[in-house]
This record gives sequence, structure tokens and C-alpha cells, in this order.
Amino acid sequence: MKFDILKIANKNFKSRLIVGTGKYKNMKECAEAIKISGAEIVTVAVRRVNITDRSKPLLMDYIDPKKIMYLPNTAGCFTSKDALRTLRLAREIGGWKIVKLEVLGDKKNLFPDMIETLKSTEVLTKEGFKVMVYCNDDPLMCKRLENSGASAIMPLAAPIGSGLGIQNKTNIKILRHQTKVPLIIDAGIGKASDAVEAMEMGCDAVLINTAIAKAKNPFQMAESMKYAVISGRKSFLSGSITPRLQGSPSSPKKGLI
Amino acid sequence: MNKKNKIKIVVNGRLLTVNIKYSLKNLVEKLKTPINKVAIELNEEIVDKKKLNKIFLKNKDKIEIVHFIGGG
Repeated sequence: MKFDILKIANKNFKSRLIVGTGKYKNMKECAEAIKISGAEIVTVAVRRVNITDRSKPLLMDYIDPKKIMYLPNTAGCFTSKDALRTLRLAREIGGWKIVKLEVLGDKKNLFPDMIETLKSTEVLTKEGFKVMVYCNDDPLMCKRLENSGASAIMPLAAPIGSGLGIQNKTNIKILRHQTKVPLIIDAGIGKASDAVEAMEMGCDAVLINTAIAKAKNPFQMAESMKYAVISGRKSFLSGSITPRLQGSPSSPKKGLI
Repeated sequence: MNKKNKIKIVVNGRLLTVNIKYSLKNLVEKLKTPINKVAIELNEEIVDKKKLNKIFLKNKDKIEIVHFIGGG
């Protein structure tokens, strides 16, 4: 079989699991979970340096950006202006061009503001960014994002951190059908079966943070998600049988005593 | 100390008093900022990290120094 490669913005990846680096007990736990997950891309947030307490450990000391690709996000941004400012700063830190855009519209359910998201995508792609976009699962808006030059369409399965799994399977199927760039389920994955489902539907990757970081045993969950993604992907590629209502015996009748 | 020789700047939301003719390079050295791991904004404009020694701070300047932390 040809090696199954995930291609985002002309970069090749073997792993189809992207993980977040937030919500862990500490940096050590985060780094270990990421290692176990086999992820080659991790999302990171841009925040102020603590100028009073310099003893705080730095993310880069635990996760080497030369070995694992940092995907700077705009988490916490509610306007296009803030998101653009954040990603321009992220690029300045070390030349990051592939970024995750996330413009939130509602503080409670953390749904994206798609108008601001679309505006930001247009500006960022013009500035040479490769934009992976967190979005809702509306096929029309996703198409507009793709037409604006988004490098990946990343619809939510359910609200960020909710762990509810894929709520609108019909829309995800429509998105799978229409999307030419990588389609990545971004938020709402809770269990390994949710990740399998996303991959079996033909999504190109999944992005998981809370489900791993907040599991009672993050290391075991990281491993579980790793295999879920591999399993779902292989199932998708294998051409599964058509479900039927009648039984079909697995053992031949011939030679029956 | 003579107050005329001092300026007030805001770094990451904190008020700092520094000498006049204080450069951004002086500031990052004082804060022991790992320069290759941060980005710096001066009054909402991104600063070229190669030119820090040529940028002198003025009274009421707002500086933001950011880096990557864990996030989803």
C-alpha cells in the first residue's frame, strides 16, 4: 500500500492526530502525552511573557519546535483585529506561517464568529499565511473559507472542550464531499470512538486537546486517540462492507456434517 | 534621583520607570527575555528584533512581549 500521507499547505505528515497543549497539569505531563500520541503538530497559544516571575518553565523547553510543528492559534480572540494581531506576533516569534485561526463569537458555547473568521482568513492569506480555520459545520461558510484560500477547514464536532462527539453528521458528510483542502474535525471529540467516527467519515485528521489533557489518565488516552485515528483512517481506506439487515454466515455451508 | 531623567513605560500591562535614553535592548536585557522565543510590540507595532538597540523608549510607551504557551 502507498504510504498514507497527510498534506497540509505542502507539508507532509504521517500522523493524522493533531493535539493541543493546553489544560495539562504541567509541561512535563503535556510533553509526555504528546510524545505518546505520536502527533507531529501541536497547537499553541500566544500570551504575555510573565515579566515578574521568570522561573516559570517555557513551552519551548519541553516541546522542541524543530521536532514537532507548532501551530499558533488565536484562542481567546473575539474580533478579526485581535486574531490578526496575535498571528502576526506568532509569525514574528519564529517565522510561523501555518497558523490556526479561531475567532470566537460566544463566550459560553465558544462557537466561532464566522463573519469575523472569514474576514480574517481573507486578510491572512493575502499576507502569505497558511490558515487552518476553526469554523462551524455550515457547508456554505466552509466553502467561502475554502474559496478565500484556507489551507484546512476545521469544523467543530461539538463545542470546544465539551466531549460530545460529532453532533451533525449530515453536515460533516456534506463537508467531506465538497472540501478539497484537508478537512479536520477540530473541537468536541470526547472518546476514542468519536475520533474513529470522524476518520471513518473520511475526515483527513482530528484535533484533540481536552479529551486527552483532562482524561484521568492522559497518557493512556493519548495512546487510545493515536490508535483510534489510525484505526478509523484504515477503516475508511479499506472500503467497508455495505450494512444489511439479513445475516450472512461467515462459515461455508459446503462440508457441513 | 532626578525625576526628569526618568520615563514611565507599560510592559505587559505593568508600569515600569526607566531612565531616559533607554532602548528596547536595555529592557529585554533587564527582563532577561529569551529573545529568540518571543515577539515584541511597541505601541501595537511589531518590532524588528534585530533593531532593538536602535529603538529608544519614550514616556507612556506601551510594550508587549509575548511567547507561546500551552493552548488548544
